[in-house]
Amino acid sequence: MSTKPGKDPEKPEKEPAGEGLLSGTRRDFLKQSSLLSAIAFAPATVVKAAENQWPEKVADAFEKVDVHLEVNGTKYNVQVEPRTTLLDLLREQLNFTGTKKGCDRGQCGACTVHVNGVRINSCLSLAVTNEGKKITTIEGLANGDQLHPMQEAFIKHDGFQCGYCTSGQIMSAVALVKEGRTQSREQISEFMSGNICRCGAYSRIVKAIQEVKTNQS
Amino acid sequence: MNPFQYTRSLAAAGAIQSVLKEPHAHFLAGGTNLIDLIKMGVVTPERLVDINPLPLKGIEKTATGLRLGALATNSEVADHPLVLQGYPLLSLAINAGASPQLRNMATVGGNMMQRTRCNYFFDTAMPCNKRSPGSGCGALEGINRMHAIFGASPACIAVNPSDMNVAMVALDAVVHVKGPKGERKIPFADFHRLPGDHPEKDNTLERGELIMAVDLPAPAFSQHVAYLKIRDRTSYAFALVSVAAALKMDGNMITDARLAMGGVAHKPWRLHAAETFLKGKTPGDDTFKQAAQIAMQGAKAYRYNQFKLTMAPNAILQALKTASA
Repeated sequence: MSTKPGKDPEKPEKEPAGEGLLSGTRRDFLKQSSLLSAIAFAPATVVKAAENQWPEKVADAFEKVDVHLEVNGTKYNVQVEPRTTLLDLLREQLNFTGTKKGCDRGQCGACTVHVNGVRINSCLSLAVTNEGKKITTIEGLANGDQLHPMQEAFIKHDGFQCGYCTSGQIMSAVALVKEGRTQSREQISEFMSGNICRCGAYSRIVKAIQEVKTNQS
Repeated sequence: MNPFQYTRSLAAAGAIQSVLKEPHAHFLAGGTNLIDLIKMGVVTPERLVDINPLPLKGIEKTATGLRLGALATNSEVADHPLVLQGYPLLSLAINAGASPQLRNMATVGGNMMQRTRCNYFFDTAMPCNKRSPGSGCGALEGINRMHAIFGASPACIAVNPSDMNVAMVALDAVVHVKGPKGERKIPFADFHRLPGDHPEKDNTLERGELIMAVDLPAPAFSQHVAYLKIRDRTSYAFALVSVAAALKMDGNMITDARLAMGGVAHKPWRLHAAETFLKGKTPGDDTFKQAAQIAMQGAKAYRYNQFKLTMAPNAILQALKTASA
């Protein structure tokens, strides 16, 4: 962080004025030191931003990329940093907060959405790689006030307790029925294994899925 | 995630040039491993070169077998009628890995490039010769329950985590790559390497080389196959030990055999000696136990993975029983 090892970063205001980059107020220190570390790791655009003395705008200085995608039937043109995940785009920029961030590492399934009709973990998908894709989130399942049959079944069978994993479970379950992986309880369990439920509502989730499958056939 | 630049590639040659231009540029396919590694700070790219738009998704019959495009997803391969029919072992192995969501994202080429799941590799506070050459191996004297029993070196005892790779090596697949010096083919068995003194190198690709496709030879093991994966939970976990077994039978005689293990070495571990032993034999517990014993020759365990010395031969026995049933 600091270019002066051994100095206490908590007390930068005691630095004599005019002693290099780290002089000035604590506020400036934090600004500047985070800028310095940003430069250390940053690509050319940020270094340029720093040269042009845009410390406040460092976060905006990264090359943003235009992405055109459709979410629940509505088209969006957005600008995102390359490192923005589809999950963060949905939640933070487009306000589709029904999709949950659990582990953020592809291990829990809470972030499951459909991309072009296929279920994926949105936490491991960069938003920029979804150019031209059609995304469906939990908000896109219901038809107005009429819930999707899988949503109805989860309510009827109490397929949740805390509810945090539920939107991911339902998105996965809808895809599972479409994939035809509902031949047996074992097959449902195996092909729902990408969605972890800490409350342990699994047996009720399986019942909900079995009911939707039965009603469809 | 550390910030990085992004290039969307429309042609392989352009993608290769983009990666060669910067020392910390990486190809991006499904992202299921790479994005995770970037989040953990294990990989800190300056640029990601997105190869997803390249036309490498096809699964097509060839004069000699089947060609899997490098960008075909794991689910597309596992569920493809020609794979199910001619290469069921591959389908079984792929479906034993990850979760349906991840298999919908992960690609053939990406799965081959998957890094180890060794905790010391993922934890940037720990020494790891694979992540940070020369820093030491945290696993050697550490919690090495998941680690190698074959082909390890004092520099690295990590294992290759892929299930798909185990079936690919058993089926004698061939990898097609394109790079700055042109195109070449690599037998699957030579694609991944043992750690030796350079555990930072998982495979034999040169910088800038891009996997284009994987060729499977004519279907020879479409009937008597098994993929047994033993893990800490029933599904959605990496292998402690996995076994791919494929037999060709003439009546009650084994005329050809393929056997490979996962979760035991730095590369998918083909068991040639056991295969040779099985040829001409009649299926049975004694024969399979002897094959397993041959397969285990040279195995070496560490403090916490001693159990693999018992688990692995038992898994081989069980996989062969299932395949021959």
